Amino acid sequence: MGTVEYIQHHLQNNAVCSVDSINPVTGLCEGFWTFNMDTILISIALGVLIVLAAARLGKRLETGAPSGFQNAVEGVLDFVGGQVRDTFPGKNPLIAPLALTIFVWVWLMNFMDLVPVDLLPLLAQMVTGDPHFHLKVVPTTDLNTTMAMALSVFALIIFYNIKVKGLWGFTKMFLFHPFGKFFIPFNIVMTLIEEVSKPLSLGLRLFGNMFAGELVFLLIALIGGTLAVGIGALFWAPLQALLGLGWLIFHILVITLQAFIFMVLTIVYLGMAHTEMDDH
Amino acid sequence: MSINATLLIQIIAFVLLIWFVNKVLWGPISKLMEERQKRIADGLSAAEKGKRELELAEKRAKEVLKEAKEQAQNIIGQAEKRANEIVDDAKTKAQEEADRVRAGAQAELAQEVAAAREQLRGDVAKLAVAGAGQILAVEIDAAKHQDILDRLVKQI
Repeated sequence: MGTVEYIQHHLQNNAVCSVDSINPVTGLCEGFWTFNMDTILISIALGVLIVLAAARLGKRLETGAPSGFQNAVEGVLDFVGGQVRDTFPGKNPLIAPLALTIFVWVWLMNFMDLVPVDLLPLLAQMVTGDPHFHLKVVPTTDLNTTMAMALSVFALIIFYNIKVKGLWGFTKMFLFHPFGKFFIPFNIVMTLIEEVSKPLSLGLRLFGNMFAGELVFLLIALIGGTLAVGIGALFWAPLQALLGLGWLIFHILVITLQAFIFMVLTIVYLGMAHTEMDDH
Repeated sequence: MSINATLLIQIIAFVLLIWFVNKVLWGPISKLMEERQKRIADGLSAAEKGKRELELAEKRAKEVLKEAKEQAQNIIGQAEKRANEIVDDAKTKAQEEADRVRAGAQAELAQEVAAAREQLRGDVAKLAVAGAGQILAVEIDAAKHQDILDRLVKQI
């Protein structure tokens, strides 16, 4: 298998669609009504993991001095709650659970990036017996996941904009912001760009970072995989291990940072939606 | 790599997950943490209050002790004063008693002296009469010259 095919194969989702949507040439699904089963199943499995772990913890909560897992969870909750308190004006009981969900879920989905790139696909290929079985293990390298969250947040932004400012206030924001009443057409364009860029930047940033990270992992995996023939393996295999370890350690930082950025920006955007516009 | 119907599933999954996280993770644990925070704050304020009360109690104890000491001092002073008074009283009473007894004795003495003198006078008068009677023998009748004898007795 060549380098290009290796990478393409790894970046191909396990898609399910109706028979008419399959491209007869490539054999891949096309069109909107396609479901990326690997993305859906892994992300939902991670979500279920969160809920189960939380439910298990919830059964033996300790009120006095918590230890171990509860302590760690409380640490995360405290951290997220602190972020919300610091950046979110006013009170909204939805914001903190939303931020917590984003942080934990995105982090877990990103974490799938740290699993060796070939491990799960190979396992799946062995289990199914299909050597061309597609499996993309990191849900956040699928634009659908990141945009799903970004669009959900965007919907909340619009909802709270209208709820807090009122329909007229929301319209006024488009008309008189940022340059006052003499630039109304210009203002509409500006505000529109400003608002639309929020979900786009949220979704694309996470997707881009994780996709690029995954790509680097694949390239590192290629060092040993395709170049280690014969005596050269003595050099290439340790290099791959070293580079893989280096990128892995760096990536621990990246996945946490990306989850954190997504969370903080969500809080900030919703905070902006909750503040009244000053009249120009 | 393109947007497809996966997006819709992911939105549903995301919304459901938010609901679940709020239900099983954020809700109970943040409540627990809040309660713990409150309990710690309560405990600290109670400790502070206890400390303040202790200080107050110590201050009060000192005051009470001081008062008690003062009172004891007062009582001792009064007792001393009273004792002095009693002693003085006893002294004056004893003096008076002694004076009274002495006066009584003197009066008795004087009475006895007077009685003795009276008796002596009587005896002398009798003796004088007897002597005179013996001397004068018949001439002087005791009954006849009683008034003369009485005069004599008075002149002694």
